[in-house]
Amino acid sequence: MTGAVAAFDHQGEVTNEQRVQSALRAFVREFGVTSALHMESCVHCGMYAEACHFYVVTGDAKYTPAHKLEPFRRAYQREVGPFAAVARTLGLVAPVTISELQQWQELVYDSCTMCGRCTLVCPMGIDIAELIKEARHGLFKAGLIPERLALMDRTADKWGSPATPAEDLPDILHDVAQQYGVTIPCNLDRADILMTVAPAELGDHPKSIAATAKILNRIGANWTMHQSGFDASNVGFNDGDARLQEKLTRAIIDTALRIGATIVLLPECGHAYGAARWEAAKWYDKPLPLRILHVTEFLAELLSSGRIRVRPIGDTATYHDPCQIVRRGGLEQAARQVLAALGLQLIELKDHGVNGFCCGGGGGVVSIARATPLRHKVFELKRRQVEDTGAKRFLTSCGQCRITLDMGAKHAHWEQKVESLLELVADNLAD
Amino acid sequence: MELLDFARGPALQFAMAVFAAGAVWRLLGILLLPRTGDRSAARIGAPSRLVGALYVIVRRLWPRRPFLQVTLFATINSYVFHIGLAIVVFGLAPHVLFLRSLWGISWPALPSNVVYGVAILTLASLLAALARRVSHPVLRLLSGPGDYLSWLVTTLPVATGLMATSHLGARYETLLAIHVLSVCALLIWFPFGKLMHSFLFAFSRGAMGARFSHRGVSI
Repeated sequence: MTGAVAAFDHQGEVTNEQRVQSALRAFVREFGVTSALHMESCVHCGMYAEACHFYVVTGDAKYTPAHKLEPFRRAYQREVGPFAAVARTLGLVAPVTISELQQWQELVYDSCTMCGRCTLVCPMGIDIAELIKEARHGLFKAGLIPERLALMDRTADKWGSPATPAEDLPDILHDVAQQYGVTIPCNLDRADILMTVAPAELGDHPKSIAATAKILNRIGANWTMHQSGFDASNVGFNDGDARLQEKLTRAIIDTALRIGATIVLLPECGHAYGAARWEAAKWYDKPLPLRILHVTEFLAELLSSGRIRVRPIGDTATYHDPCQIVRRGGLEQAARQVLAALGLQLIELKDHGVNGFCCGGGGGVVSIARATPLRHKVFELKRRQVEDTGAKRFLTSCGQCRITLDMGAKHAHWEQKVESLLELVADNLAD
Repeated sequence: MELLDFARGPALQFAMAVFAAGAVWRLLGILLLPRTGDRSAARIGAPSRLVGALYVIVRRLWPRRPFLQVTLFATINSYVFHIGLAIVVFGLAPHVLFLRSLWGISWPALPSNVVYGVAILTLASLLAALARRVSHPVLRLLSGPGDYLSWLVTTLPVATGLMATSHLGARYETLLAIHVLSVCALLIWFPFGKLMHSFLFAFSRGAMGARFSHRGVSI
């Protein structure tokens, strides 16, 4: 439902007072030491603006990362901080208003991809992306998130995926198997590897499913996909719905444990990696007895161990580092090992690896239609850097990045194709 | 009671008590919050959380290469007034005497002319920081009363100290009393505003370093 002011949407029919209270409660619910330290340490130096792609391409001060947290900083000071009682009693910190929460929807969702680049420049080392995630918990509970994300949330809650109902999965996999000539096991009772996908692959990139299947079959793995846990993208992680995040995570991990899998294989999806690799264990409050691998690091392991070999391609290439698997995930070298194995001469972007710019669509921003003009500006930044390399091929390891970049390319009538590293490996498997 | 006696006596004692109690309260109020333990498996070969924390505490003393140019003024100016303040506070002979009476240890003071020069440079640097804060759209948007108050209580002791040293504007005892009272204001505000970053920076950087070293990210 769209509100009276075009810049924000709202869900549910509750009073404004209830929305504010829900937002504050959800925001402060799990405030731990690290988040508090990062809330307390900001000196308002403003340096982080220079790291944010949305500020860099617009020069608009409102996109300064710390400003995106302003109402939530006040909520923290009034509800959690060491002087909260004094701040509340003496009215030293103004209470958060419904109008502010409505206005901040654009800053917390449309113009933050939770890419974490601002953390690179912050002299206090504040993990602003993580604080934005907590702010999203507040806005979700308040029923103040972009409607497109709310729709995806409701769909994923019902279907286990925002892309397709679980009962359709066998048919989809059958079609992919037929189209690409691969075998895709589904719903096996026992398997060593549980393969998962992202909505991008169930829609725009079915070849990626076939590519993973081809590689798993090549190494003779005992693997399966499963209706009870198949979409790893985790809408709840992005939109601020902690309950759904746990539900979707448990669907995958519980399935893997039930079938005896020792590996959960994640697709080319950044936020899937953030939600599963670093956050799955928190829902169980114990270390998990299985490995959670992004397909890029899986490929790097297979190549380095000699379990698969690839034909060298010999072109020049450049690579877009997906934020969640590189800057926030630690897989900078894995992708480069795969590129090297493919015999590609890597010409790095001006800002690459941990320093790379986001595609502009992470954190669900790709799905927010009203953010499209902003995304296109960010695209121009990436396009310039790609063109400056002069590389023939442009690769990445995240389906959402590919979709964002493809949308930008289409808008800009840019001819450069954005390729999947996974698909390139599968296409060039050597006997 | 003369103003100077009041400033050196009850005012300073009160300010130091507020400073100590406020800083401890704020630190404990943060550090005693629940710890949301990360149960994920560390990346194989990643340094320990402690090493990661220490690395970031040190590494963040200067900017990463892509941000050197865009943060050049803020970085250099911040270094100038931070080091300048340290030299003035710990290098001026009367300060050394005062700190010896407080802590029981002392060290050789710097020549007063050197400290005087550093204080002028520090004051200029603080004025530049303020000019940037009120003129840069990002900083202006971010800044609230607390930011300006922090600037004021940091700058006043430097300015009044210079005035007292130069015997400018009033008799020395009065200027000295005003200087000590400005230090009292600094101590009283310190625990409540962003000046606490003097303590918090290490914890904040360390927490981030621990989080990302666990993931194998060199950040």
